[in-house]
Amino acid sequence: MNNKIKKPKIVWLQAITCNGNTHSLLSANANRLKLFLDSFDLVYHPSLTTDTLLNDLLIEKNEIDFLLVEGAITSNKDFFQISDQGINEALKKLVLKSKYLIAIGSCASYGGVHQKFEQNDDICGLTDALDETDISYLTHPIINLTGCPVHPEWIFQTLFSLKEYKKVPLDEKGRPKEIYSYLAHHGCTRNEYFEWKVEAKSFGLKEGCLFYEQGCRGPMTHSNCNKILWNDVNTKTRAGMPCIGCTEFDFPRNNMLETKKNIGIPDEVPLGVTKRAYLSLAGVAKTFKIDRLNEKIIK
Amino acid sequence: MENALKLFSQKGFYNTTIPDIAKAMKMSVGNMYNYFSSKEELAKFAIKYSTNILANDLREINQMEISSRDKVFLFTRKYLENVQDSPEVIEYFLRVYLSNREVFNKDCEGFLCVSEFVTEVMILLDEGAAKNEFRQQEFFPAFAMIMGALGGFAFLSGEKVLEKDIAFYSDDVAENIYRALKYEG
Ligand code: SF4
Ligand code: SF4
Repeated sequence: MNNKIKKPKIVWLQAITCNGNTHSLLSANANRLKLFLDSFDLVYHPSLTTDTLLNDLLIEKNEIDFLLVEGAITSNKDFFQISDQGINEALKKLVLKSKYLIAIGSCASYGGVHQKFEQNDDICGLTDALDETDISYLTHPIINLTGCPVHPEWIFQTLFSLKEYKKVPLDEKGRPKEIYSYLAHHGCTRNEYFEWKVEAKSFGLKEGCLFYEQGCRGPMTHSNCNKILWNDVNTKTRAGMPCIGCTEFDFPRNNMLETKKNIGIPDEVPLGVTKRAYLSLAGVAKTFKIDRLNEKIIK
Repeated sequence: MENALKLFSQKGFYNTTIPDIAKAMKMSVGNMYNYFSSKEELAKFAIKYSTNILANDLREINQMEISSRDKVFLFTRKYLENVQDSPEVIEYFLRVYLSNREVFNKDCEGFLCVSEFVTEVMILLDEGAAKNEFRQQEFFPAFAMIMGALGGFAFLSGEKVLEKDIAFYSDDVAENIYRALKYEG
């Protein structure tokens, strides 16, 4: 062991959150979690026992390499305070000491579910909560790791990439392209059912696609869920639960388990496909009855 | 092609022979077989050909910046004009395609040979409902409403029972279709 090599310092700040991203992080693959803890210095996380308190961090001058924020921000002290100050104040103090700022989850990225709260209209994500001067010391644009929750591997991959290469390419919504250029549909085990328009009869079955009836957003949601899998074994769509589009900025939407249709025709079609093209193909595909796809996989 | 459609609709699928069609198309029988390996294949090509005429009309209308109501009126007029000017196109659909399903059930089953047209009807309905001009309902009742009304009128025209020129009825037929689809807010 070489103790002389300084490990990058990580601070995990919690704002308005359900703690879901923390749960997700702690459910990471054990080997990967170990590698992460060996490679970085997690100096503060409110759910873990650490030597450092949030107060210390707010007062002391030490630099933070990676500031990870879980949860939405508000400037309204009646709704949220931490260490006797508004979360926006605490956030600004920490950002000024940090090199990288990473939004962990949809709430930190753009407000998420909390933004729907009608009694307080200033709940937002990091980008909206901070202005130019607040972020002037950052060495990289704010990174949004959207998702409800974020996949632990998305956090690790981003941190390891930054540690090694200092920057990651982002899409127009500030999400790392490496993770969010894929669609959740990509790699779903139901792709063949999607192609031939064989619909699942209900949730949780092995057979059928969830696009037409159950509201699956896989074909229009940026995430690599079906490429890296959750808990190394499964995803919503593989298990028979529609993707509810948790990595997109319009999440959570209304009626998430239903497909919005106009006179029986899906209102939205896969990303980048015209409705005419989709309907022509779907109409033709539906004509054929493929026995194999209409049978139980395990009889 | 129109001549083949005409022949098929007048004499019926089984009474029409390849030599009849070759003659009508001013082709030798041998040459005819270069294009179509059998009468069935020709019949399948003919249904694609004839519905694509309608599909092209409706695609043009769908791309116009007008209300869905106007689209229904315009398409109804176009369809009935087609019935008048090239009756063989619609007659073929009614008297050959719908009446001899056994000929078409392989490779032309379901919407396979008429898919371009069905797609355009879907686009018309989808846009109308998305703009709240049409009410929400299942696809097939809405589809049958449009096609039933238009096909029925083509049939009446073919039977020569209409008292007036078919175009005369266009707006009334369109109004009936529109009312069946219209949004009641
Ligand atoms: S279930 Fe969803 S993600 Fe899977 S194939 Fe169907 S639409 Fe795509
Ligand atoms: S499958 Fe969809 S809803 Fe589920 S985690 Fe992935 S992006 Fe979110």
